[in-house]
Amino acid sequence: MSRTWIGRLCWAAVLLGLLVVGLVGSRFVLYLAMRVMLLAIFALGYNLLFGRTGLLSFGHGAFYAGGAYGMALFYLHLNPDPLLGILVGVAVAALLALVIGFFCVRHTEIYFAMLTLAFGMMVFSLIWNLREITGGDDGLVGIGRDPVFGVISIARDGQFYFLVLLCFALTLWVVHRIRSSPFGLILAGIRENHQRSEFAGVAVKRYRLAAFVISGAFAGLSGALGAMLESNTDAFSAHWSHSAEPILVSLIGGIQTFSGPVVGSAVFVVLREVIERYTENWMLWFGLILLVIILGFRGGAMGAIERRLGGGES
Amino acid sequence: MLTSLVHVCLAGLSKGMFIWLVASGLTLIFGVLGVLNFAHGAFYMLGAYFCYTLLSLMADNFWLGLILGPLCVCAVGFVMERFFLRRVYHLELPYQLLLTFAFVLIFDDLVKMVWGAGSIGSPSVPGLSGSVPILGRLFPTYSLFIILVGPLVALGLWAMLERTWAGRIIRASASDREMASALGVRVPALFTAVFVFGTWLGAVGGGLAVPYVGLLTPGMGESIIIDAFVVAVIGGLGSLKGAFLGALIIGLLSSFGTSFIPTFDMFLTFILMAVVLLWRPQGFFGEAA
Repeated sequence: MSRTWIGRLCWAAVLLGLLVVGLVGSRFVLYLAMRVMLLAIFALGYNLLFGRTGLLSFGHGAFYAGGAYGMALFYLHLNPDPLLGILVGVAVAALLALVIGFFCVRHTEIYFAMLTLAFGMMVFSLIWNLREITGGDDGLVGIGRDPVFGVISIARDGQFYFLVLLCFALTLWVVHRIRSSPFGLILAGIRENHQRSEFAGVAVKRYRLAAFVISGAFAGLSGALGAMLESNTDAFSAHWSHSAEPILVSLIGGIQTFSGPVVGSAVFVVLREVIERYTENWMLWFGLILLVIILGFRGGAMGAIERRLGGGES
Repeated sequence: MLTSLVHVCLAGLSKGMFIWLVASGLTLIFGVLGVLNFAHGAFYMLGAYFCYTLLSLMADNFWLGLILGPLCVCAVGFVMERFFLRRVYHLELPYQLLLTFAFVLIFDDLVKMVWGAGSIGSPSVPGLSGSVPILGRLFPTYSLFIILVGPLVALGLWAMLERTWAGRIIRASASDREMASALGVRVPALFTAVFVFGTWLGAVGGGLAVPYVGLLTPGMGESIIIDAFVVAVIGGLGSLKGAFLGALIIGLLSSFGTSFIPTFDMFLTFILMAVVLLWRPQGFFGEAA
């Protein structure tokens, strides 16, 4: 049996496991699993830009917030349909990423990171200060979950869970397709050597922008679902410190692997939950974990496992 | 009208000088080591908390606290560079940035554990605690003092870098690390020294901020580091002259913003940063890449 098939079986088992969790899990477990999946959607998209294309963005919180606020405003003022709301959220985030990315991809490395930080914080400052529209530091509240197509109820967490699971599975599939497509390979080529890619006739900036917009759209999906899960939005989701979350998660799992962001999300959410039981200072522990990863395990958890299994990407 | 304009300007200048004190260390470290240090705001915060504690321990002698506090922070900076940062110089940029980010998380929580998550009220400085009338309106004496300290630090840094042997070695290593090393400069030791010195600058900024900000909070480092990033970027990463000018601009801009268009106060700062990065990524005084 080839490695691809082992990989596919693993993913099937994971999705099946999540399905079972949805049927039998307690409310707390359901909530935790949903948080893992939302963060994984965010990080899977983000890692297309970070691990795949080699660009470190500190502004993706803005796109998460774009999805959340886009969805929330649409729900509150225009139409309560959930799927339409999610689509609007994703569209808002993608559009925002297109505009911001258009400027940011002109630079790389530290200048790119600083530009994304500046644009992300611009979005944060608007959300923070335009109280009449965004609710400022209170956020938008009272986001309900109306039935899908008017019939399938998602009001309870046990029901909403399956919508999140569906979106998670879709994200997995799409991101996997992107990674193994010619487009995804060109992104990796740009990361390895952008000059060579340029000489080979690749419009490097356009590819970078495409990766930026795709990752922004997934951040928006995560944000829209997050707003529905919590039934409110949080201004700080646009803050740069929130943008660090998918970076942390990708690193924990391993930025050069497909499964890294998913594993990292699970580790991050569960570990945070465990640490918070014993101490309020979970940031300290994540700081230490981050130190250990950077100094000793730059491949992350999945990178280490793959090295043991020997070569190839899962 | 004129009175309020002058006062807004003065408030902006004093704010700018704090950002300058933090940005100067950040810029120096970036210029020589090539590392953008997220944790620099944490040094500012640690400087403030150490000074505060020393103040309450030692019969409220502010100046003694200001000398000893930053020295304690220097020890922290030494450990960070010598045992952690040194191991990632050869790695790609994201790892360097994220290593310093890890220290932000660690320091922030350590401060919360030691001093508590709430805000701490800070004492006033004898002799500088009052206000002086300027154009018929009172202005805090301490802020005036800060407006004086900023340029003095700038002058001192300039003299050190341009007029002393150590400064010459620092400049040489900043412009060509390998050549300096080949000529006998002990670059690793120099890096440690520069990092510790930069740490000291940030911590002094924090110590000076104790009477100014009124309240110490565990998040104070995070808010100033972003301002310092903005300043370092628009001035040109690695350029001290640029950082000084940038700090003046950002201080004034945010002061005018707060007074006249509070809704877009933060927005203005970041749009300036973005525009400068797009139009002139090397900043006002940085060398073209």
